[in-house]
Amino acid sequence: MTAPLVEMRNMSISFGGIHAVDDVTVDLYPGEVVGLLGHNGAGKSTLIKMLSGAYQGDAGQILIDGKKVTISNPRDARAHNIETIYQTLALADNLDAASNLFLGRELVNAMGLVDDAAMESETRKIMARLNPNFQKFKAPVSALSGGQRQSVAIARAVYFNARILIMDEPTAALGPHETQMVAELIDQLKAEGIGIFLIDHDIHQVMQLCDRASVMKNGRLVGTVRVADVTDDDLLAMIILGKMPDMAA
Amino acid sequence: MTDTEPPGAARPQPAGAAATVAVFAEGRRGPMGRLQHFLHGNPTMVPVIVLVISIAVFGVIAGERFFSPFNLTLILQQVSIIGILAAAQSLVILTAGIDLSVAAMMVLMSVISGKLAVDWGVPAPLALLISFAGGTAAGLLNGLLVTRIKLPPFIATLGTWNVYYALLLYLSGAQSIRGQDIDEAAPLLKFFGNSIAVGSARLTYGSILMVLIFLVLWYLLTKTAWGRHVYAIGDDKEAAELSGIRTDRMLVSVYAVAGLVCAIGAWAAIGRVGSVSPNSFYEGNLQSITAVVIGGISLFGGRGSIMGALFGALIVGVFQSGLRLAGVDVLWQVFAIGWLIIIAVAIDQWIRKVSG
Repeated sequence: MTAPLVEMRNMSISFGGIHAVDDVTVDLYPGEVVGLLGHNGAGKSTLIKMLSGAYQGDAGQILIDGKKVTISNPRDARAHNIETIYQTLALADNLDAASNLFLGRELVNAMGLVDDAAMESETRKIMARLNPNFQKFKAPVSALSGGQRQSVAIARAVYFNARILIMDEPTAALGPHETQMVAELIDQLKAEGIGIFLIDHDIHQVMQLCDRASVMKNGRLVGTVRVADVTDDDLLAMIILGKMPDMAA
Repeated sequence: MTDTEPPGAARPQPAGAAATVAVFAEGRRGPMGRLQHFLHGNPTMVPVIVLVISIAVFGVIAGERFFSPFNLTLILQQVSIIGILAAAQSLVILTAGIDLSVAAMMVLMSVISGKLAVDWGVPAPLALLISFAGGTAAGLLNGLLVTRIKLPPFIATLGTWNVYYALLLYLSGAQSIRGQDIDEAAPLLKFFGNSIAVGSARLTYGSILMVLIFLVLWYLLTKTAWGRHVYAIGDDKEAAELSGIRTDRMLVSVYAVAGLVCAIGAWAAIGRVGSVSPNSFYEGNLQSITAVVIGGISLFGGRGSIMGALFGALIVGVFQSGLRLAGVDVLWQVFAIGWLIIIAVAIDQWIRKVSG
């Protein structure tokens, strides 16, 4: 048994007296996809933002490869090869795809100046793999469709050799065809040994893509189950009633 | 959803309205739609077009006097100080902020270098360096108020505008430092009042400095990661932060650079005015915003080229010169500039509405 890639132990965070996340423990192994399920406001995104550095928890420990780490901003997370696809995508609308992909990590030439040609050529390479139909390399991302914007956000997370990938509703803006492409990408990344936290509303998709699912309700963890051991209805019961299935997980 | 689909086509239409939809879709690709699209990709073309048209129109109205090399270089000279302030202002507005204190910082720094060099016998180069450091510090304070105390930029700089203005009145005793005294004690302070004369054209060093400042800042904004981050922050500060940009540190640096540019402008202003006058450029804060807005830089941040602010300053100068030569009363110059601002922002709103 390999060591967990990530362990988030007893994580808690409050906003103005509201316990957004309350004593939640989850873990993730290499080459594994763990789904995070729950209603809107259950605390899934908040939990994951403590791993991506957007929030700092009030309590709890984050371990990567069994070692305790401190993640106090998005740069710390990136230093640990944690990449995030945010629900809001976190793109700068007036910049083009390449500028967004390399935002905060621009490729520079020997003079220290941004190398737009190199960034565009790298962007073309990764987009050819992720979304071969993507052509609008010169346009600001505000001019792109929802699916195209999503693929820029995904490309940004995948390009930098992530070991830990956080996907917050990556298919929310996508049509069936593009959703299928994301599913294939997840399988491919998984095969490369990357660990993925996947936040999703679609139970069907979670059953199809994930190895395990952690369900949250009102900021607390209901439980974590192996997807192969449960039915759609079991998961639904966990989400809605906050009740573990009868069988031992 | 495909990109070429016009938004209107998705609306439910009564039967038989198909022809209307087709016409509508056709209209989107018509001349106005294409213009809108072009301007969206090239926001700086608006001030360039306005500048060319206004030069042509005033050339016809005011005739040869307007087109004389003397008058054209005079316009450059007249807009040079507001132009430099507009360059500083552009940096801040690109981050979706605003700096109401630019002119106050500039005049304060001209008072500081003037006092040091003329009244207190400090060598002129050192006096200038101190004023540059002072401008950077004044900008730094603006940046810290915005990032640490989390004040809206409008409020932070409204406050420091008054603070810096009071300081400059205190330091100067509300008295000008006379040109003759500067000539005797520290002629270097009036360096940018010198000019290159070619025929009747008189190109002042101050005008050249303004253009150089714009070129340097344009280069920084377009060719460095720092510049990329300025745009990203103005676009969406939270997205920039999540992308790993130290947004607060970036903002502080932007306000500090704006302060430094104002301090350099202070040196040029001494040459332009010929003395250190505590009451000069009192309206410079708002005039710099006028130039930036007419130059097609969005007040919402993240959009526009700093070169637009140069064209914006020139447009104001061309209007003032042209109307004056045409014998129009000063109040109508003000009237015209007012409409220019309104039209410029209205055009920006129209361009922003463009889709895919």
